[in-house]
Amino acid sequence: MILSLSKDTVQVLKEQDVVFLKNRVKEVAVKIKMGLVNQTRLLTAASELVRNMMRYANGGVCQIEIVSSGRNNGVRLIFSDKGPGIPDIDAAMRDGFSTGKSLGLGLPGTKRLVNEFDIKSKVGEGTTVTIIKWANG
Amino acid sequence: MDKIPILRLGNFLLVTIQVDLYDRLALNLEADLVQMVNKTNARGVLIDISAVTIVDSFMGRIIGNIASMSKILDAETVVVGMQPAVAITLIELGLPLKGVHTALDMERGMSLLKSMIDIDDEDIDQESTDDDIITQ
Repeated sequence: MILSLSKDTVQVLKEQDVVFLKNRVKEVAVKIKMGLVNQTRLLTAASELVRNMMRYANGGVCQIEIVSSGRNNGVRLIFSDKGPGIPDIDAAMRDGFSTGKSLGLGLPGTKRLVNEFDIKSKVGEGTTVTIIKWANG
Repeated sequence: MDKIPILRLGNFLLVTIQVDLYDRLALNLEADLVQMVNKTNARGVLIDISAVTIVDSFMGRIIGNIASMSKILDAETVVVGMQPAVAITLIELGLPLKGVHTALDMERGMSLLKSMIDIDDEDIDQESTDDDIITQ
């Protein structure tokens, strides 16, 4: 059972918004006393996902939440865009797969950095990626 | 427009990244640095990332690019001062920064650069002396 303790939404449409979003995520992580290494993992994951959103969907919305599983607190980020969607999620989750000119590490790498990772996408409608990073874990 | 300063110190170029890079800034740095290597005939590039808290796959790729581009312009690149949390994240992300030399701090980075370039110079010296002998 995961409870949401606070909720905040950030629009990401241009490069300055990315910096603002990262600062907000960092504030929230510090607030729940997340360790430095986990903070770095979370921020790097956020950085990967927000770049995907900018590159493939011209931006979108990120919801930042503080969540609690009772004993452990964490940060949940929900990135949603109205971009072209991902036709083959399995392929997109494989290391080294990219339709752009990148290394293809973004999605699989992000999954390795966080505790929970969920991706939903519909071609022509958009993509939603949800991640959770626990303060201890 | 923000710009990351590139300082020249003898044969070396020094870059200290004091802010968290965003994409445009990183791309500009890549272009500027390669231009500078060419313009100044630098033999080594030292990049200090001790103030950088996030290196994601894009930034990692830029660092790798700078190293490879400098290499084919005959300059070595050493990245110094990486924070432990950044190192952990890079490896978990799947980006081992192959082909990029690293050192713990500026001082060690400097001596690593010097040793790499000295070795090169010795090789050249030796080759030229060999040539001399042959021509004699």
